[in-house]
Amino acid sequence: MIGSPYILGRNSTSAIMLKVMLALIPGIVAHAWLFGPGIWVSLLLCSAFAIGFEALLLLLRGLPLKPFLSDNSALLTAWLLALSLPTLAPWWLYAIGIGIAIVVAKQLYGGLGQNLFNPAMVGYAALIVSFPVYMTQWAAPVALADHALTLWDAFDVVFAGQSSISADAYTSATVLDTWKTQVRLNTPAESILNQPIFGWAAGRGHEIVALMYLAGGLLLLSLKLITWHIPLAFLLGLTATAGVLHLIDPTQHASPLLHLLSGGAMLGAFFIATDPVSAASTPRGKLIYAGLAGFLIAIIRGFGSFPDGVAFAVLLMNMCVPFIDDYTQPRVFGHPRKRPKPSKP
Amino acid sequence: MNPKLFTFNGGVHPAGHKTESCTTPIRSMPLLPKYVVPMRQHIGEPARPVVAVGDRVLRGQMIGAAEGYVSTAVHAPTSGRVVAIEASAVPHPSGLFDLAVVIEADGEDQAIAFQPIDWRSLDPSALRNRMRDMGLAGLGGAVFPSYIKLNPGGQKIHTLILNGAECEPWITCDDRLMRERAPEMLRGIEIMQHALGCSKVIIGIEDNKPEALTAMRAAAPVGIEVVAVPSLYPGGGGKQLTYTLTGVETPTGGRSTDVGIQVFNVGTAYSLYRAVELGEPLISRIVTVTGHIAQPGNFEVRIGTPLTDLIAAAGGMLPGASGEIVGGPMMGFDLMDLAAPVTKAVNCLIIKNPALFPPKPIELSCIRCGECARACPADLQPFEMYWYSRAKNFGHAQSYNLFDCIECGCCSYVCPSHIPLVDYFRFAKSEIWEREREKRAADLARIRHEFKTFRLEREKQEKAEKFAKAAEKSKAAAAGATDAAAPADPDAERKKAILQAALERAQKAKAQVAPQNTENLPPRVQKEIDAIEARRATVEAKTESTPNHE
Repeated sequence: MIGSPYILGRNSTSAIMLKVMLALIPGIVAHAWLFGPGIWVSLLLCSAFAIGFEALLLLLRGLPLKPFLSDNSALLTAWLLALSLPTLAPWWLYAIGIGIAIVVAKQLYGGLGQNLFNPAMVGYAALIVSFPVYMTQWAAPVALADHALTLWDAFDVVFAGQSSISADAYTSATVLDTWKTQVRLNTPAESILNQPIFGWAAGRGHEIVALMYLAGGLLLLSLKLITWHIPLAFLLGLTATAGVLHLIDPTQHASPLLHLLSGGAMLGAFFIATDPVSAASTPRGKLIYAGLAGFLIAIIRGFGSFPDGVAFAVLLMNMCVPFIDDYTQPRVFGHPRKRPKPSKP
Repeated sequence: MNPKLFTFNGGVHPAGHKTESCTTPIRSMPLLPKYVVPMRQHIGEPARPVVAVGDRVLRGQMIGAAEGYVSTAVHAPTSGRVVAIEASAVPHPSGLFDLAVVIEADGEDQAIAFQPIDWRSLDPSALRNRMRDMGLAGLGGAVFPSYIKLNPGGQKIHTLILNGAECEPWITCDDRLMRERAPEMLRGIEIMQHALGCSKVIIGIEDNKPEALTAMRAAAPVGIEVVAVPSLYPGGGGKQLTYTLTGVETPTGGRSTDVGIQVFNVGTAYSLYRAVELGEPLISRIVTVTGHIAQPGNFEVRIGTPLTDLIAAAGGMLPGASGEIVGGPMMGFDLMDLAAPVTKAVNCLIIKNPALFPPKPIELSCIRCGECARACPADLQPFEMYWYSRAKNFGHAQSYNLFDCIECGCCSYVCPSHIPLVDYFRFAKSEIWEREREKRAADLARIRHEFKTFRLEREKQEKAEKFAKAAEKSKAAAAGATDAAAPADPDAERKKAILQAALERAQKAKAQVAPQNTENLPPRVQKEIDAIEARRATVEAKTESTPNHE
C-alpha cells in the first residue's frame, strides 16, 4: 500500500448522518406544535431502542462499539421510523419496529452499507402488516382534539396503554385513510374534502409538516448531501401518476396536491428514498429508481389495500437497484460517446 | 485574453500550501562528496552501466547507456571516481534497493566538452536520436523518455501542450522555474515545436500562479498561448489538462498523441533547452523541499544527491517531524530510506508532522453516498470498484473500468468513511497484472509440456519404424543375396548415381510435405531423422535397382 493521498477532506459519515437529522428538525418541531408532544416520546423511544439493538448486535458480531455507534446511522434510522409511525402508539410497537429495522434489515445483512433495503421502511412494512390497527391511529391535530395531551400524558399513553383517556379523544385516521374508506362508501369527493381533518390542501397539520420536510430537504440539497435526481423524480413520478388518475376519475382518486402533502410523500422524497445505501447510485439510475417509486406510491394509494404506499414503493424499488445501477453506468472519461452493446460473459 | 476552457467532472480543492516554498528563489546546493546515481530513473528499461569501479568520470559523462527502445541514458553529476556499482536505496514506494553508480566527487567538478546542437539546421529525426543520449525524461513525475515523445511515429501532432499546472499541493518547482527561467524554457518549447512539427502551442498554468503566468506571457513569442486554467486538482493530469485546454478526451487505453496532441512538462522544456542549446545532458533538476523543515524552498539539485544532504541544505528537519513524502501529498509515497538519492522523478520532498498530516481515521463502512463518483475526474464509480476490489472479484472491478483510474486520490480525499479507495485500486491492478503474468507463464509451461509429450511419442514411433525397416532390410537382403551378389561391384558407379537421385527425391518430397510438428526440432532429433531418411532411401534404391538386374 502506497498510502497516498496523505490529506483528507473534512467529510465524515457521522457528520452526514447528523446533518440529515438536523434537516429533519423543522418537520419535527412543526409536528410537535401541530400534533402535540407525542412525537418527542416516540423519537426518544426509537432512539433508545435503536442504540440498544445496534450495540447488542455489534457486540454479538464482535465489532468495536465506539466507531460504529458514533456513525449516527442507527439514530437516523430511528428518527425516520419514528416519523413514519403514529405517535402515541404502545411502546412495544416502537421496539418491534426498531428491532426489525436494526437487527434484521441492517445488522443481519452485514451492518451499515451492506443492507439491500431501507431499514426504516422494512420496520414500517413489518409493523403495518402485523399491527394494522395501531398503525392507523394517528394523533389528531391539536386544534381538533377533544383533549390536548401534555408530555406526561403522552408518556403515560405510550407506556401504560390507552387507559385513563379514551383513545378517540386524541387520535384520528389520516387523510389518506379517510379518503380510502370514504371513497369505498361512495361518499362524494367534495364532502370527503369538507371533513375537518382536511386542511387547505392535504390534511390539517400534515400539510404544514410536509412543507417543513420539503424545507429540510432543500437544506439537504443546498448542503450537497443529496442530489436533485431522487427527490425530483420521486415527486414528479407521484404527481404525474396521481394527476393522470385524478383526471380519469376525480371521484376515486385524490388530487396530486393532496398526494404530495400527505402521508410519507415529502419525507420519502427527501429523506427515505435518498438513503444512499439502498438507493440507486448513478444519475440516470436515480431518476429511474425514484420516478418508479413515485409511480408505485400513487398506484398503491389508489388501488392497494393500504392507505399509504411509500414504504412498499421504496422497498420494491430497493430490490431493483442492483439491476438499475448495472444498466445505467455513466460514460467513463475517454470512452466512446455511444455505449457499445454490453457483452456479458 | 483566455480562450474558451472546458471543465472536466470532479476534482477537489485541497489546501494549496504553495507559499511555504514558492516565495524564495531557487537555491543551488554545495558540491557534495558523494553522489548515488540509480540506473532506473525513467519508465522502461533501466540504463546499462558503461563505467567500471575505479573509473574517473567527468560531469556530464554518460555512465549508463539507454538499453532498448523505452529507455534513456544516465550521466555523472560531477567529476570524480566511480567507487561502487551496487544495489542502493532509491526513492521508490517499495523501499527495495536498485542498481546505482556511486561517484566519489573529486571537488574539481570538471565537465566534458559540451556540444551545443544547431537544432534549426538539424533534421527533427536526427535531433530526436541525439536526445536519447542526453538522458531527458519527463520531469513532471512520470519520467517517460522524452526522445520517444518527440518522435510520435506516424502520428501527426497538431498541438503541443506545456503542462505548468502544478496542481498538487505543496509542490512549487515548476512555479519557480517558470518565474525565473521563462525565456530559456520558451526556447526549449520552440525546439519541441520544431521536432514535432506542430503549429499550435498552448502553455497551461493554474491561476494560483499569477507570477509564473506573467513571466511566461512576457517571454512567450507571438503564436504561443499562455493560458490560465482554474486551480482544481487534478487539473495538471495530462488527460485533464488536455481536456481543459482543448475539449478533447484522450481515448481510453491510448495516449494524447492518438488525437494529435503531445503534452510535456514545463521543466522538461527547460531541460531540453539546456541539452540542445548548451549541450548539457540532464544532470540536475529543481526539487521543492517543504513541510516541517527550517528553510523550505526550491533547490537546483544534481541527480544523485542523497536526500539527507538535500534536507540539510534546507536547514534540516524541525523537531517533531514524523516522516517524509516523495512527490505531492495526493499521489506521492512515503520515503523508506533517507539515503535514497534525488532522481529525475523526484519533484518534491515534504517533511511531515502530525499537525500537517494527521494519522488517518479508522476506515468505516461504505455508505454508497457517491461522493467519490462525483469527485472522480475519470467519471468512474469508485465505490463499485472498491466493492469488487475488496471482494477480490477483479473481473467485475475491471468491468467498472478499473484501468481508467489515474490514481489521483480524489476519491480517498472526499470519502466520508475514510476508505483508502486508491489503495484498493492499486491492489486490484497489481493483482490483475500478477495474474496475467502467471497466466502467461502457465501458458508457456503448458506449450512446453505438450511439445515434450509429442516429442517422446514421435521418438517412440520412429524407433518402431526403425526396427521395422531394419527387419525389412534384412529380409530384402536375404532375398536378393543370391542374384544380386555377383554383379555388385562392376556397376558401383551407376548404383551410386541412382542412390544420389533417390536421396534427392526423398529430400524434395520431405521439403514439400514437411509436417508442422517436425519443425524446429532439436539438432539431435533432426540428425536421427536424417539418418532414418537416408536408410530408407538406401532400401528404396536397393529395391528399385534389384529389378533392373533381372
